[in-house]
Amino acid sequence: MSVFEGFKFRKVSSVIHDLDPRVKFLFVCVLFAMAIMFYNLIALAVLFFIPLPFVFMARVSRQWLRSLRGAAFLAIFIFATNIIFGYFYPSFPQISGAVDTPVEFFVILERAAAMTLRFIVLIASFSVFFLTTSPDHLGLALQQSHIPYEFCFAFTTAVRFVPVLADEAQTIMDAQKARGLELERGNILKRVRNYIPILVPLIVNAIRRSLELAEAMESRGWGASEKRTNLYKLKLTKADIILVLISALMLVFALYIWLYVPIPSLTELLFPSTPI
Amino acid sequence: MIEVKDLHFSYTTGFEALKGINLTVEDGEFLAVMGQNGAGKTTLVKHFNGLLKPTTGDVLVDGVNTRDVSVAKLARNVGFVFQNPDHQLFSETVEDEIAFALKNFGFEEDVIKKQVDWALNLLDIDQYRKTSPFMLSGGERKRVALASILAWDPQVIILDEPTIGQDHQQKEKLQQFIMQLNAQKKTVVVVTHDVEFVAECNPQVILMSQGKILAEGIAGEVLTNPKLAAQASIVPPQITQIFLQLADLGLPTDVIDVHEATKILLDRLRERQ
Repeated sequence: MSVFEGFKFRKVSSVIHDLDPRVKFLFVCVLFAMAIMFYNLIALAVLFFIPLPFVFMARVSRQWLRSLRGAAFLAIFIFATNIIFGYFYPSFPQISGAVDTPVEFFVILERAAAMTLRFIVLIASFSVFFLTTSPDHLGLALQQSHIPYEFCFAFTTAVRFVPVLADEAQTIMDAQKARGLELERGNILKRVRNYIPILVPLIVNAIRRSLELAEAMESRGWGASEKRTNLYKLKLTKADIILVLISALMLVFALYIWLYVPIPSLTELLFPSTPI
Repeated sequence: MIEVKDLHFSYTTGFEALKGINLTVEDGEFLAVMGQNGAGKTTLVKHFNGLLKPTTGDVLVDGVNTRDVSVAKLARNVGFVFQNPDHQLFSETVEDEIAFALKNFGFEEDVIKKQVDWALNLLDIDQYRKTSPFMLSGGERKRVALASILAWDPQVIILDEPTIGQDHQQKEKLQQFIMQLNAQKKTVVVVTHDVEFVAECNPQVILMSQGKILAEGIAGEVLTNPKLAAQASIVPPQITQIFLQLADLGLPTDVIDVHEATKILLDRLRERQ
């Protein structure tokens, strides 16, 4: 569950928290695009460092690290599958036939590390976004991007109820454990089935709660006024414009490198004389 | 017997919910755990079947440290009825719901059938045997949840807020039922806010506040102390409140039982005549 912790909004007063959510989202999308653009380990390592100043400025480093720790299992999984598939089904121009030299193995290792790092970069940048953007702010951003209010509301409500559902899941798990349910017992199929007593009450309660919420909202006049006005309006500040410029520059720079500057791989740097 | 030794418990958020609890629940005891919201009542009883493990200190159930065994193993002797039945009901029929725990504990098929029949009759829900638990009313769902725990006949029964959402008649039935369980030498632990309910049952009471035990004793002593009650954010039972207000007339202030109160008042009236 700790990976979710790393995506939960923390109320801290900082420059990053005050940035316009639309601009922050743009920045994260640029990082995302860059992470997808490059296969290269060195380039991805550079990308990993880009969100770091934001983490420190927003003072959320502890939660941010927790999200990375939570993603570690998946990262290891990605690394391992890349190595296994890279070894048995090598699809690199550098390698012809089977993998039989240490250098060839290093190529596979580097590629697996790059794929893992790409995943970590994505987690790292999206985590900063969610840690520093309140669900209300996010809803406001969606609304002011002319998305119908019903959708914005559904989205923010969904985000708002994630911790409630997590708490409820824990209580349900406790209640079933108290009736002798052992989640970790049995083979894979049995283990999956073990989750039915957890999922059924969780889903039934979520549906029940959503109906209650709808009734409670309607009885408080939801949707009564045709045109909604907002107490807060999002306005771009100087800091927002700077971040937009930084994002644009980063994207242009990345495109330039991607198109015209070949980045050497770690293998080429470490084993310059070995022909592969 | 449940022994709690210098129990401290902090949640992962860092909130310290229990701050040094020492307590012994004897076999066959009837104990009510009372106190304001957030006092640590549920956190404490969740240690009795190992759902929570102490941060420091120890909890021993029949001499076994709860740190050393799984919840499933402890649950065989310690049944825990959760506050909200909707947190546990999932089966297609009431019958299956009750059989769930018995299957988990590995009972034989014929024993499961026998125990399910017994539990259905015990809580007067036999007519709903083939009904979906989701179709039942709140009170009935609560009884199904209770039956699903009693079915395996645990020695200790913990009930978290059993009276919430029950009408008066159901509450009275439940009270008789709990007293009956206790009369059969079962250990009963009830977490509750309901002072009237506790006053009628007159069990041992522990009063909790901010993760500590404020007072311990029989209900007649603990609930009639206005100072303690105020500290734990509860009010004494109504009958006690009347007697407290009439204390100037020389009436005793430690009465919680309606029958006892009636007798005292009748005696007074007769004396005057």
